[in-house]
Amino acid sequence: MSTPKTLFDKVWDAHVIRQVKDGPDVLFIDRHFIHEVTSPVAFLGLEGRGATVLYPDRTFATADHNTPTLNQHLPVADPMSANQLAALERNAKTYGISHWGLGHIKNGIVHVVGPENGITLPGMTIVCGDSHTSTHGAFGAIAFGIGTSEVEMVLATQCIMQPKPKKMRITVNGKPGKAVLPKDVILYIISQTSASGATGYFVEYAGEVFENMTMEGRMTVCNMTIEMGARGGMIAPDQTTLDYLKGRELSPKGEQWDKLVPYWESLKTDEGATFDLDLTFDAADIEPQITYGTNPGLGTGVTHQIPTADSVKDGSASYKKSLQYMGFQENESMIGKPVDFVFLGSCTNGRIEDFRAFASIVKGRQKADNITAWLVPGSHIVEKQIQEEGILDILTQAGFELRQPGCSACLAMNEDKVPAGKYAVSTSNRNFEGRQGPGARTLLASPLVAAAAAVTGVVTDPREFLN
Amino acid sequence: MAYDKFTILRSSAVPMPIENVDTDQIIPARFLKATERKGFGDNLFRDWRYNNDNSPKADFVLNDPTYSGKILVGGKNFGSGSSREHAAWAIYDYGFRCVVSSFFADIFQANSINVGILPVRVSPEFLEKIFAAIEADPKTELEVNLPAQTITLLATGESESFAINEYKKHNLTNGYDDIDYLLSMKEEIGAFAETRPF
Repeated sequence: MSTPKTLFDKVWDAHVIRQVKDGPDVLFIDRHFIHEVTSPVAFLGLEGRGATVLYPDRTFATADHNTPTLNQHLPVADPMSANQLAALERNAKTYGISHWGLGHIKNGIVHVVGPENGITLPGMTIVCGDSHTSTHGAFGAIAFGIGTSEVEMVLATQCIMQPKPKKMRITVNGKPGKAVLPKDVILYIISQTSASGATGYFVEYAGEVFENMTMEGRMTVCNMTIEMGARGGMIAPDQTTLDYLKGRELSPKGEQWDKLVPYWESLKTDEGATFDLDLTFDAADIEPQITYGTNPGLGTGVTHQIPTADSVKDGSASYKKSLQYMGFQENESMIGKPVDFVFLGSCTNGRIEDFRAFASIVKGRQKADNITAWLVPGSHIVEKQIQEEGILDILTQAGFELRQPGCSACLAMNEDKVPAGKYAVSTSNRNFEGRQGPGARTLLASPLVAAAAAVTGVVTDPREFLN
Repeated sequence: MAYDKFTILRSSAVPMPIENVDTDQIIPARFLKATERKGFGDNLFRDWRYNNDNSPKADFVLNDPTYSGKILVGGKNFGSGSSREHAAWAIYDYGFRCVVSSFFADIFQANSINVGILPVRVSPEFLEKIFAAIEADPKTELEVNLPAQTITLLATGESESFAINEYKKHNLTNGYDDIDYLLSMKEEIGAFAETRPF
């Protein structure tokens, strides 16, 4: 019998072309996503070397980071943004890369459109010049973010050079409580590990909480794995995975599908395989979460108080700087904190289940007058689902507007910026200083917590609205 | 893009004793709209460095003439967050060649080496010693010796060794990059690609 292997080992080892002596592994990359912000300099580098794109059919381009979420049919007003979008289009055309640009029916956030079109498959290696590439790990792929030099590397050679990370398993057993969404599960885990607790590791999620999760929920969890410092996270493919993939536009079909199923079913951690670190949590300890500080590890249950400096893992000086930025004090309650903006969207929570959850609370209620709400679907396909399922009507009747797809206020590269000093309850992934606009203050939360804040105007426990 | 080879660096250092310095602080997203790699140093730590009216914030270390040098010393988990290589470009373009911390976020560390910045991971104790030494004498010099893999406080001779794999060390000391290496493997890569099931 061969040595027991983890899921991660199985996928990683299957992609190693060469092990460099005293150096990294040369890893073959099955799929490479590119977008307008981190690719232009990579293409310039490629030209400078006289190199070309080795496998254009393994490369997929979409515009998302720097696109407007209103009036996408009009020319992009900001000349620098327009220039970046034009560069992506030009480069894709030059090298024969599939390009879902602004206005394309399949356009949307790269980590939303990849899975929903069946580009992402179990057992793949997937990279993109974006840290939230970890999202695709939900399918049992090894997926991680890379820098622009590495984008150039993958364009030119379809390979990347990486040392093999350490392995961590995070098990969550039990049944999540009322109004606890996958976002709460991952925010809770990050609050326990800290924003740097998984640096140097690749995470596998195990246990009944993840087994019972939908693919969209798994994507939310893997998406935010980077926020505890891990390179990525993954979940073994199962029937839920196969059911999601079957029939997607670019998913394998017929005989090819049938051939792959036994391989995909083998992608699980063998009995007896070991991890460098094993963490276990109980779902019963997780309530709807919210962050109060300036890194995603500074979060707590929505009914809790802001911890004191001596009870957190960050150093006292950094913690106090963080609370000062947020305008919060130790021991204050989060419930009732004023909110100015609500953002529903991003590669973390911009999918149809997120809009369904949001609508479940705002249905029959009204947006609070003090709230500016930005509801941004992750893709045109999500946008269409929102319309077809009647969610748009619910949102409209409650006083909300739906915007057009893109990364939007998650990183505020476009016009969707939260003003200085204002508070945003955001379903995105980062609450860093200025992340949502210079001086903006971000409280990360689930779509249910965001919806509760949107109708009350303050931080609210969503369980109050659910039977 | 070619970078200057790295062997031995002797310099005073700029202290930034803050934990979890994320790449949104190093270079905010609104400065990522360029399609060429130039001028990013001007916006390094933009929102910590300048007020809204673009006047410098006097209490920020890069605006304090007391401190200067080619080495940036940060608190733990330096470079967390976004994968934007623009953060490493901004640090390099500003004039830093080495960043010292008690640990780095993974992607930032890889990006730094790829653009010619040496990330030096030291123990939390040695990091404290460095901060204390700079506080006592802002002109105190550090020596970062890549061939020997050591970092030394020259005033006291206190030294610590740091890890880097031989391959990356060879690249940095010679100004090579991974792409040069991989392009030489084209046939091997082509043969491997044929075996992939998707």
